[in-house]
Amino acid sequence: MTELPPAIRLESVSRQYTMGESVIRAVNDVSLTVPSGEFLALLGSSGSGKSTLLNLIAGLDRPSSGAVVANGQDLSKMSSLELARYRRQTVGMVFQSFNLLPRMTLEENVELPLRLAEVDRSERAARVREALQRVGLEKRIGHRPSELSGGEQQRTAIARALVNRPKILLADEPTGNLDSATGEAILTLLREIQKTGMTIVMVTHERTLAERFADRLAVMGDGKLLSNGAAR
Amino acid sequence: MKLRDLSDLAFRNLREAVLRNSLTTLGVAVGVASLVAMLSLGVGLQQLATSRLAKSGLFDSIFVTPKTNLRGPGSGPPATRAPDAKARLLDADARAEISRMPNVVEVYPQIRFFTEVRYDGKPYATMVAGMPESSKASGAFDGMQGSFFSSTNADEAILQVEFAKELNTQTSSLIGKDLVLRYAERQSLTTQTGDVVANPGGFSVVPKEKRFRIIGVVETEPASGFGGFGSGRLLIPLPIAETLRAAQVNDLRDILRDSSSDKATYSSLTVRVKSPSLVEATEKKLKDLGFSAFSLLDASKSLRIFFSVFDLLLGIFGSLALAVATLGIINTLVMAILERRREIGVLKALGAADRDVKQLFFVEAGVMGLFGGIFGTLLGWLIGRSLTLGTNIYLHRQNLPGVDISSVPWWLIAGGIGFAVLVSLVAGLYPASRAARLDPVQALRYE
Repeated sequence: MTELPPAIRLESVSRQYTMGESVIRAVNDVSLTVPSGEFLALLGSSGSGKSTLLNLIAGLDRPSSGAVVANGQDLSKMSSLELARYRRQTVGMVFQSFNLLPRMTLEENVELPLRLAEVDRSERAARVREALQRVGLEKRIGHRPSELSGGEQQRTAIARALVNRPKILLADEPTGNLDSATGEAILTLLREIQKTGMTIVMVTHERTLAERFADRLAVMGDGKLLSNGAAR
Repeated sequence: MKLRDLSDLAFRNLREAVLRNSLTTLGVAVGVASLVAMLSLGVGLQQLATSRLAKSGLFDSIFVTPKTNLRGPGSGPPATRAPDAKARLLDADARAEISRMPNVVEVYPQIRFFTEVRYDGKPYATMVAGMPESSKASGAFDGMQGSFFSSTNADEAILQVEFAKELNTQTSSLIGKDLVLRYAERQSLTTQTGDVVANPGGFSVVPKEKRFRIIGVVETEPASGFGGFGSGRLLIPLPIAETLRAAQVNDLRDILRDSSSDKATYSSLTVRVKSPSLVEATEKKLKDLGFSAFSLLDASKSLRIFFSVFDLLLGIFGSLALAVATLGIINTLVMAILERRREIGVLKALGAADRDVKQLFFVEAGVMGLFGGIFGTLLGWLIGRSLTLGTNIYLHRQNLPGVDISSVPWWLIAGGIGFAVLVSLVAGLYPASRAARLDPVQALRYE
């Protein structure tokens, strides 16, 4: 296997907040490298800083110090406009609570990133159909999120994350709102997506699932990286 | 995001809270309606006043007299005046020369003379006035009985209603009947051999008669400038009046001034120009030609100033409702930010830039402004029409002719809608920038 440049490289990344007079170190001096095409699970109890770290990789937040390099670009040096473009083109995000827009159909929800990326209208329908086919929901294209099960909603969210053909997929507790069977199905889907060359970083607190599906586990506690090793 | 996608999303968002957004839009509409109604009233009243005055011919007319004329304004008694080398006689040549000046529409003398009218075998003394063709548009002949002169050289007469009543109390029965005008024709003095006297210093007066057909009865003679000796009660076409060469009151002065040649001279001429704005320049040129000239332009200027201030005040009062509506837009959009916090977070996570979010709120504000503006302008127009209707019902009861007191010109329509959109965009500034500044991490955490 040829060595690819890492998809994500964190160099002594810290993120701290001030609340009143106290300083909260949500992420404290974390260094981590995620090779291209790897499925990394970020584990940790709540408040360990794993979601904050994911937001830093997603370009939704900026580190207080250190560097976040994704797909060869240093996010900490980007303007807010460049960060928005990075979120549109390089990463796709999946959330615990799906975050689909309730008044839009699946088609419209999945089309939203294409609108933001100013993809030509004539191209959009095919791209949406392709993304929904990939998650097995092409027949529900005209439904609204409220007409779907939790698993289907999460699959729609995955389709939305993939529609702009990103390099990195970031998932924040994607199985958190699902029963275990559905959760497993979602992770099986993520695993299949990984096989197409996608780099996946998933935040979860379900260690058993993470061990079964991820290539590597990074465990966080109190904002620090406690361990980092192969899952199996 | 492209404008089409932006408007698509904006319309979707507006439909989502349709009641609240409709009420906000209605607020804008009421604001615009009050502004448009007020201004339409201002514009309408101004048009009413200026059109009446413009029709009267007072503001596009210059009154020309010879410089030595005793009635020249502000020039002191004749004895104190040095002879003016440039002073010219106001005769047929001068009239022709003035007619050829640029922007001059019409030049006509004031012809009024006393006469005896014979109708149905009885004599009536009255004053005859020559009416220029342009007086038809003065508004004085609107709603007259019968019709205006069929041509400029028709032997036709229009009677002033009070005089007509003297002839026959049933004034409408006079139309189509004939009357005979007995007048004094001015003739040059001749020598016994028949040659015209070289410098006569006088003229003879010969009684003449002419038959006219009554074709109309009118309320009043149109205002025809200065220098009249009371209203004309029998109106005939001006070219006809000129051919009569009837002796006028002014003619007596001609003898004293020793200017009564065989050529027609005028005590005054009325010069009408294309528009009131050309009066000043033309007046100066006439003075340069050696005549006295004056106009009522200053009065028209102060009228315009009055209406500008009037419109401004109406606009300020009308804008108050729009200012309140602006607060409504700000309130609605700030509420929308709170409600759509999570959605804004999702949009940002999916790659929306701050600019995209800002534009989305801007378009929503603009759409509310556009619809409010269109609806409000329509509503304002309706209010204006209702006011006109109400006023006309009142005037009708008072036996007065109807007037149009409101007017919505195209600039008011465009201005009303444009102003509504502009005000709405300004109102959207704060909510839009607040939405754009929303931290996506906080917004996504928000439940």
